[in-house]
Amino acid sequence: MAARVGVVVFPGTNCEHDVAAALRRVGAEPTFLWHGESELGALDAVVLPGGFAHGDYLRPGAIARFSPVMGAVAAFARAGGRVVGICNGFQVLTEAGLLPGALQKNRHLRFLCAPATLMVASDRSVLTAGLPVGTELVLPVNHFDGSYVCDPATLDELRGEDRVVLRYLDNPNGSVDDIAGICNEGRNVVGLMPHPERASDELLGSADGLVLFRSLLSVSVG
Amino acid sequence: MRFAAHVEVRLRPGIADPESATIVRALPALGFDDVGAMTTGRSFRFEVEAETEEAALERASALAARLLANPVMEDVSVSVGRAVPA
Repeated sequence: MAARVGVVVFPGTNCEHDVAAALRRVGAEPTFLWHGESELGALDAVVLPGGFAHGDYLRPGAIARFSPVMGAVAAFARAGGRVVGICNGFQVLTEAGLLPGALQKNRHLRFLCAPATLMVASDRSVLTAGLPVGTELVLPVNHFDGSYVCDPATLDELRGEDRVVLRYLDNPNGSVDDIAGICNEGRNVVGLMPHPERASDELLGSADGLVLFRSLLSVSVG
Repeated sequence: MRFAAHVEVRLRPGIADPESATIVRALPALGFDDVGAMTTGRSFRFEVEAETEEAALERASALAARLLANPVMEDVSVSVGRAVPA
């Protein structure tokens, strides 16, 4: 049976159909979850797509984290469910406290919309399991608040516990330690700024995003 | 009783502040080459219904900590005073 993946839609989310299309390409069955819903139903994974949830007012993700659906997403994550936040979804996960740190404005206040070359830094996450460390992936970034920041103790913890999942080869936004994606302690919640769904077909310049979605659907994480 | 609250949110020291850096870089062109060490932030003003000033300060501080500021990268200061009747 096809894996059922919930795709969370806040007012202002704009990548949900791209994510759904990429999920279908790897054989999953996406189902949209409106932010006002407080029940997820039976799901194999949840994706929080990119966009501008609640207009990004106050800070990206600051208001989205209070949407009813986030209580259900947090409970799903606590129970070990696979959760991936992409771009604005990553910002929502940090604001919700499901991932540590925060995303601040890019270095030089530059809005970025370009392909970025990434390196798989850990294969111990639901998004990268099965991918050899050092694998290079080209995925587009498209953000203004994408510079990952955290306190030194958190950075030590992320490094020491092998929780930096993806790094930029040529850091475009000033993120500490070239961090493009991280996971939680349980390795079942992952946030990343680049957009794997926008690299889901060679026609788009890269199909590297599909390997991440395949990993999300197939893995057991050690 | 209604109290007027003022919450100021600014980036913590050590967190890169590209907005202030960009403004300061532009200043010499305007003849303000004597200005530096700038920080930018946000200011929120709102009213709180409470029995006492301490209670109002507590509510305003709770709101600031829960929503208005992100403690990972921002510091916050909160003050309250009696609201001026409209």
